[in-house]
Amino acid sequence: MTVQDPPAPVSRAISNASLAQRAYRIRRHALLMGEVQGQGYIAQALGIADVLAVSYFHAMTYRADDPEWEGRDRFLLSIGHYAIALYAALIEAAIIPEEEIPTYGADDSRLPMSGMAAYTPGMEITGGSLGQGLPIAIGVALGLRRKSLGSFVYTLFSDGELDEGATWEAAMSASTHRLANLIGIVDVNNMQADGPSTGIMAFEPLGPKFEAFGWFVQRVDGNDLDALTTAFDRARHHDWPGPRIVICDTKMGRGVPFLEARERNHFLNVGPEEWSQALEVLDAARPL
Amino acid sequence: MRDKYRRPDLSQSGAARLRTSAMIASIADAQDETRQAPFGEALVKLAAERPEVVGMTADLAKYTDLHVFAKAYPDRFYQMGMAEQLLMGAAAGLAREGFIPFATTYAVFASRRAYDFIAMAIAEENLNVKIACALPGLTTGYGPSHQATEDLAIFRGMPNLTIIDPCDALEIEQAVPAMADHAGPVYMRLLRGKVPVVLDRYDYRFEIGRAKRLVDGSDVLFISSGLMTMRVLKAAERLATDRISAAVLHVPTIKPLDEATIVAEAGKPGRLVVVAENHSIVGGLGEAVAGVLMRNGIAARFRQIALPDAFLDAGALPTLHDRYGLSVDAVMTTVKAWL
Repeated sequence: MTVQDPPAPVSRAISNASLAQRAYRIRRHALLMGEVQGQGYIAQALGIADVLAVSYFHAMTYRADDPEWEGRDRFLLSIGHYAIALYAALIEAAIIPEEEIPTYGADDSRLPMSGMAAYTPGMEITGGSLGQGLPIAIGVALGLRRKSLGSFVYTLFSDGELDEGATWEAAMSASTHRLANLIGIVDVNNMQADGPSTGIMAFEPLGPKFEAFGWFVQRVDGNDLDALTTAFDRARHHDWPGPRIVICDTKMGRGVPFLEARERNHFLNVGPEEWSQALEVLDAARPL
Repeated sequence: MRDKYRRPDLSQSGAARLRTSAMIASIADAQDETRQAPFGEALVKLAAERPEVVGMTADLAKYTDLHVFAKAYPDRFYQMGMAEQLLMGAAAGLAREGFIPFATTYAVFASRRAYDFIAMAIAEENLNVKIACALPGLTTGYGPSHQATEDLAIFRGMPNLTIIDPCDALEIEQAVPAMADHAGPVYMRLLRGKVPVVLDRYDYRFEIGRAKRLVDGSDVLFISSGLMTMRVLKAAERLATDRISAAVLHVPTIKPLDEATIVAEAGKPGRLVVVAENHSIVGGLGEAVAGVLMRNGIAARFRQIALPDAFLDAGALPTLHDRYGLSVDAVMTTVKAWL
């Protein structure tokens, strides 16, 4: 089903001002990591920062000092190349020490450029072979149910991964198994390796597709913290007896206008001197 | 070269109708003692002791003997639909949560279609997923869509994956708990339906990673796995009546290979070493054994009984086993020509 009625009022443990701080700091950590290597999927990281802020500082339950705590909500990063963004969130969540930022992408680092479960606390799966996150999430959700745990499994995947058949195998299966503890998050930034995603595979209209597959669907501006908190609250608390998806339309490079404005590209080139400029711009607009 | 425009000889059609290229064919000879669905029965037995064991399939429960488990433990059985990539991904997810999924499909689909999911979602993290696949090698006359003639070649290169190729019903029964006890992913080539019982005549117990000599002999050393062990045991008996003395070394674990035992047996001088496998001559047990022998400086006379590097014909299974050299008669003829 798709939500069309106005959002229900929800109480929030953390104010949006605080979430804005978190999102700002996630962006900052990501830029610092990008600067270390002079490259990285920084445009995606800046675009998804608000979604990660809401996930880690509003929606999810976890223990920073015990990343494998059985009662935690699981967060599966299907898009391995977004690791720079998730590391930034894990650093902000104090699951990874901030001091490790300079090791990003280095030999023997716990922060390799593509996310892998064996390397990093809080990284639940090895992503990167795109289209695997949602299938794995099905098994995790079934397992959580078998153990009678009330935890949710969140899985973040990209619009490019909608090209993969396995995503749709999993979409049908989630509905078959009535996995109400599964929350999919799609980052629709409309850019994949060879160009704009909608031109590569006609995945729109996406909401009605998932709705037809038996999901509780919400589509929001993925850079609007209010919209995101409302959507995540509804995803968790709605009585729909099946899987839920939050389709997030995001803007690549968000928070650094000169990167946002740059010709859109899957792998954004940032010049050596531009990293510090990006940090200055970000800092100048930091939330109070 | 097959010519689809050449009409068949219809004068033989009565006899031809007696044979079938049906999907499910028995590998048992008429006089063989068999057991029904040894995998499914063993899994049910194991599940009684191991609550973390669950069963999953991609629309092939009936044809992989998992239906026995599904009936006994309906709440521990997951139907994933005809979606092998999802099957492997979801099995990885359940394993992450501490369960031991036994995931079943046909060997062609696991190896050809779901490889990347097995590699990245399961093997890269050494997760506890047990993959049991029916129709390994040439065990159906249905044609290349269902004949997994290169599954070992595909899977041998996958790090962390243990590969086993049991011979008979007894070995399957012993392999199921051994797979569960093993920490990490396992791929099993599954014989299903009425499966012959052969190994009860030998002092044998299945252990992952161990090869075992079942019969000793001085002229030929057969090194074999899976159903070919049945065939070479019969061949060895019949060769004895021709005063040819053949030993049989059964190698049910293709990876990791029991190199020490293979080296010890093949290193004994004077025997023709014949590796017999229900698999393409490319990339299976034969080439694995050859590599072990070369690395250990053993220059034995070495031959392979294996399927050709080809997409095989459809037809009745006994016809095909004769045609491609896997039948007892074919093994006898081949080996005698080499001696």
